[in-house]
Amino acid sequence: MANKLSGLRKSTRRNFLTYALVILAFIVLQALITTGSISSSLKGMLVPICAYVVMAVSLNLTVGVLGELSLGHAGFMSVGAFTGVATAILLQDVIPMAPLRLAVGMAVGAAFAALAGFLIGIPVLRLKGDYLAIVTLAFGEIIKSIFNNLYMGVDSKGLHFSLLSDTTNLDETGTLIIGGPMGIGGIQKISTFAAGFVLVMITLVVVFHLVGSRAGRAIMAIRDNRIAAESVGVNVTKYKMMAFVTSAALAGAAGTLFAANYSTIVANKFDFNTSILVLVFVVLGGLGNMLGSIIAAAALTILPEALREFSDYRMLVYAIVLILVMLATNNPTLKSLLARLRPGNREKKEAV
Amino acid sequence: MTFLNFLISGISLGSIYAIIALGYTMVYGIAKMLNFAHGDVIMVGAYICFYAVSRYSMPPLVGVLLAMLVCTVLGIVVERLAYKPLRAAPSLAVLITAIGVSYFLQNAALLLWSSNPKVFPNAFVLKSVDAEGNEVVKNGVELFAGQLKISYVTLATILICIIIMLALTWFTSKTKMGKAMRACSEDKGAAQLMGINVNATISMTFAIGSGLAAVAGVLLCSAYPTLVPTTGSMPGIKAFTAAVFGGIGSIPGALLGGLLLGVIEIFAKAYISTQLSDAIVFAVLIVVLLVKPAGLLGKQIREKV
Repeated sequence: MANKLSGLRKSTRRNFLTYALVILAFIVLQALITTGSISSSLKGMLVPICAYVVMAVSLNLTVGVLGELSLGHAGFMSVGAFTGVATAILLQDVIPMAPLRLAVGMAVGAAFAALAGFLIGIPVLRLKGDYLAIVTLAFGEIIKSIFNNLYMGVDSKGLHFSLLSDTTNLDETGTLIIGGPMGIGGIQKISTFAAGFVLVMITLVVVFHLVGSRAGRAIMAIRDNRIAAESVGVNVTKYKMMAFVTSAALAGAAGTLFAANYSTIVANKFDFNTSILVLVFVVLGGLGNMLGSIIAAAALTILPEALREFSDYRMLVYAIVLILVMLATNNPTLKSLLARLRPGNREKKEAV
Repeated sequence: MTFLNFLISGISLGSIYAIIALGYTMVYGIAKMLNFAHGDVIMVGAYICFYAVSRYSMPPLVGVLLAMLVCTVLGIVVERLAYKPLRAAPSLAVLITAIGVSYFLQNAALLLWSSNPKVFPNAFVLKSVDAEGNEVVKNGVELFAGQLKISYVTLATILICIIIMLALTWFTSKTKMGKAMRACSEDKGAAQLMGINVNATISMTFAIGSGLAAVAGVLLCSAYPTLVPTTGSMPGIKAFTAAVFGGIGSIPGALLGGLLLGVIEIFAKAYISTQLSDAIVFAVLIVVLLVKPAGLLGKQIREKV
């Protein structure tokens, strides 16, 4: 009993540390912005960093907590970006207040992404391991193809959709919102760093509560041993779906936040490479470790920018850093050295 | 007749996918890792051949052999430096390292060879002199009074694919190294106890896979002649899909998966929609995996409790 309590306290302490660090980072950055002692390139990256942090934390729910490799997380971001921003544009006259419009957009984006997650989850979660991974990759590519060929316009008669070519036939009052491969143009930049911070906090609250709850323990039991979990009566499909849909919904909200920071957004932005980028954040930050995901997402988004002085070589340096970090963190000698340096460190649980 | 035309170009594209998929499937079978850098080895192979043929005017065959040599060495070096230290690490760590290698190769290619698209020369042409003394360049054969056109690239691709498949089947079933490979893919520990050098076998697998990737790169760029540093990534993903389609780890599966994927892609492009062809290919993959969760020819491993 005492053991259990101290374990609980440890995770709670860890969660509070994460909250505290995020709030502290926000306050420091906000102070730097008001005093003007922050470079404009970094300032422009704050919203994307928030979006990537949410993406990383939500993917960590699937990969680290549920233990299933997903290679199509950008697909959910894409769904959230397109539906959320389209909603924000449609509501431009109805809701003049930008933060509220962004919030509604994010909610719609999250809802559509959750729906997509549910529909995709039905077939995907029946599969295992690398087969599951390849099917999420396939869905990511399918979503990209669909948004690349989707046309949506609005006129006095309401919404019009068409696929492949623009046959929306809008009347003279109409405007085309989603223009196939051109994506959405003329977006008002309503995303702010404060909105990003709020979304990160909401994400953390949702994820920590899910992980700490009965459902979270069921999800981790499935990850550790599916058969054992099933045999003690855990409804595997239900809990897998719960984690997957939550993860998708958060990615959708992140997508809206991300898209509303640019004036145009195209489907090709959310391709396989973006999914991989987020996966790199998760693995580098540590599976199941939300604070690690946050730090990795922030650091690796800034890194290519910080390497600007290497100009042409920066992506090469990025690749080398990535390989070296993976080699160093998995080096047995270095690992045992680190373990010895931290006395009383409990045995690390294997995540996958 | 157009149907036959599409079918043949589908088989040709599928043969390229099959050759690339072999690299994925062999490495997966033996090292249980998804080698995401494989697609970029294709690109390196294509660039080497391109420079050998058009800059240093070597004969095309020498160019291909040189590309194979460079890619084989590249495969071994990458395996030694990046993957070997991670033999005992969790599979996700190896996956991320492979992605790092993929970024590295793409960006190194960008620096070395710039992002300007190169037009790959078509080496599969026949030059002859007609009755008036003009030089005639033929790049294919015409059958049924010109209704059915088959380019030499297509013929060569299909032929090379068949040769590679036969050679590989012979290699894995008859030679000592091939048997060692199969033993390692079944049980590494037991193979080691039987005196098989597991590390050498894995290196050999990477070498063969990378050598084949070079061939695939040359064939791919002969058929679709634009060459840029990201040329390899989409065919890489498709071939990886093909490997899973046929059952990852299985060599005949890679052939079947590659061919089916190529034919479906060309048919989808021809009869349904060019823009949605990728979506259709992936949708078929999803349906197949739902019916057969381990791919078409994959072994369903039962879990023991």
